[in-house]
Amino acid sequence: MGVWIMAGVTLREAARKKMLWMALAAGGAFLILFGTGLHFQAKDFAAHGISPVLRREISFTMVTVGLYAVDLLAVLMTILTSIDTLSGEIASGTIQAIATKPLPRWQLLLGKWFGFCGMLTAYIAIMVGGVNVETYAIAGVTARHLIHGLSLMWMESVVLLSVTFAFATYFSTLTTGVLTLGLHGLAFLGGWIEQFGAITQTQSAVTVGVIASVLMPSEALWRRAAFEMQSPLANAMRISPFSSLSVPSTAMVLYAALYLVVALMIAIRHFSRRDL
Amino acid sequence: MSRSSDLAIRTRGLRKVFGGKVAVRNLTLDVPRGEVFGFLGPNGAGKSTSVKMLLGLVFSTSGEAQILGRPVGDVKTRRQIGFLPEHFRFYDWLTPTELLKLHARLYGMSHAKLRERIPLLLDQVGLTPHRDKRLRDFSKGMLQRIGLAQALLNEPDLIFLDEPTSGLDPVGRRLVRDIIKAQRDRGATVLLNSHLLGEVEVTCDRVAFIKDGEVIETHELNLEIEEQTTISIRAANVTAETANALSQWSPSVRTEGERLTLSLSSGAVVPEIVRYLVAHGVNVYAVTPQRPSLEERFLEIVGTDGGL
Repeated sequence: MGVWIMAGVTLREAARKKMLWMALAAGGAFLILFGTGLHFQAKDFAAHGISPVLRREISFTMVTVGLYAVDLLAVLMTILTSIDTLSGEIASGTIQAIATKPLPRWQLLLGKWFGFCGMLTAYIAIMVGGVNVETYAIAGVTARHLIHGLSLMWMESVVLLSVTFAFATYFSTLTTGVLTLGLHGLAFLGGWIEQFGAITQTQSAVTVGVIASVLMPSEALWRRAAFEMQSPLANAMRISPFSSLSVPSTAMVLYAALYLVVALMIAIRHFSRRDL
Repeated sequence: MSRSSDLAIRTRGLRKVFGGKVAVRNLTLDVPRGEVFGFLGPNGAGKSTSVKMLLGLVFSTSGEAQILGRPVGDVKTRRQIGFLPEHFRFYDWLTPTELLKLHARLYGMSHAKLRERIPLLLDQVGLTPHRDKRLRDFSKGMLQRIGLAQALLNEPDLIFLDEPTSGLDPVGRRLVRDIIKAQRDRGATVLLNSHLLGEVEVTCDRVAFIKDGEVIETHELNLEIEEQTTISIRAANVTAETANALSQWSPSVRTEGERLTLSLSSGAVVPEIVRYLVAHGVNVYAVTPQRPSLEERFLEIVGTDGGL
């Protein structure tokens, strides 16, 4: 019961503090920009008589570009909205009035986690849905394996959320933000090193990328999602910068799931044992 | 010796070390149920850390503590506890009504109870006219008042008040005193952590002086006159003969103008002394038990440097 009360408060906080609405407004601005770009691109295709096959492939790439931007927005929103929820309340003493109520600390933390999960789910669903509705309406295409890709993007955000929570039980708001963004940046760079390693067939570079994904599997989840949603032709021809040349395996996805659970368990365990 | 079940708070050798710094050295304390108990000590004496340990917010390094007969941290026991933290802060996007509703739900209170208690408490702390304002628009004193209301929401058996009058004006301080008195009359135990000695003196039944994380002394404040050893009498028309005759009750009689100071082995003889004085034509205006003020005792214990 305490879990759902805290989840509800967290969602209400997002709505009251306007953070969700501001993020949606920024997302809406992005969708307008994206749709405008698609519209003019479609007009240009018609004027230049580009073949339907090429038109379709470019449109598929545009879907991936849109989803890549959404992924970036979702990552930033996940970290920036959740870094302060635990460490900030611990530092200000706000948490004391709740932590002395008859609910175990794990329920307090899990409730907040569920609240943020709910907010992120709504955000990602709206933004991914928006991109696909636009590309379908203007160019007649949607991402392949949309639900699968969407789930992987959602999982990426939840991994980052859990890591943010775990760090927040140890460190201040600022340190938590620096650590989580730093770790995700490491994974991002590792992903590109892995990609270039795959192009140049440099095994050691691929290994560096895999190690980065082991340290933080968030970026690997996006690359797997991009692989799932990109057209098979684009994947095979490697014509898009978003195509995965070295595709994270199912084992990596399972590892990310385990990573998420472990991060959340660390957060719960440390929060339950630390002084407030 | 009190049985554990008669005690609201029982600690034995409670100790807390942060890194290498000892915050609470050895807290051994018994607070009987129904008592208003004051925690006094200089800054850094370990009062707030002690309160936090009793509430399960801070984990002790060693020692043991029981709250209402159950080990500290017991989740069910928290249903019977109220807590006002020092500098109460909460989500500032809530209104006072919403804040109390949230806390009531965390206590597991029924909707019927919640509807009954919330208006009552808002009224009690004087926030009814502000019930729809956001907390971000509240002054420090108003935040302290709503914090006090949430501490009383569940009609707790044990209430921890950490500097409850911080930020309050004289009217607010009076309100806190009245609330504490009402809680004592209801049978609740109150642990009051305050720097304001005068406030503690008029509110508490007993105080503990804490220094360097240890209870130096506990001091009874609600002693009846029978237990006092010195009284002061303000009286007129006292002849030397009448004053000398008082030696039958007191080995030490001091006269300064209209004030007589008598050391007594028992306060039970006070009515007899008054009757004697009146019978001998003395006009008695006041009889006051003498005891060192809390401030004097506080300064004696912690020193004039405040323990710094």
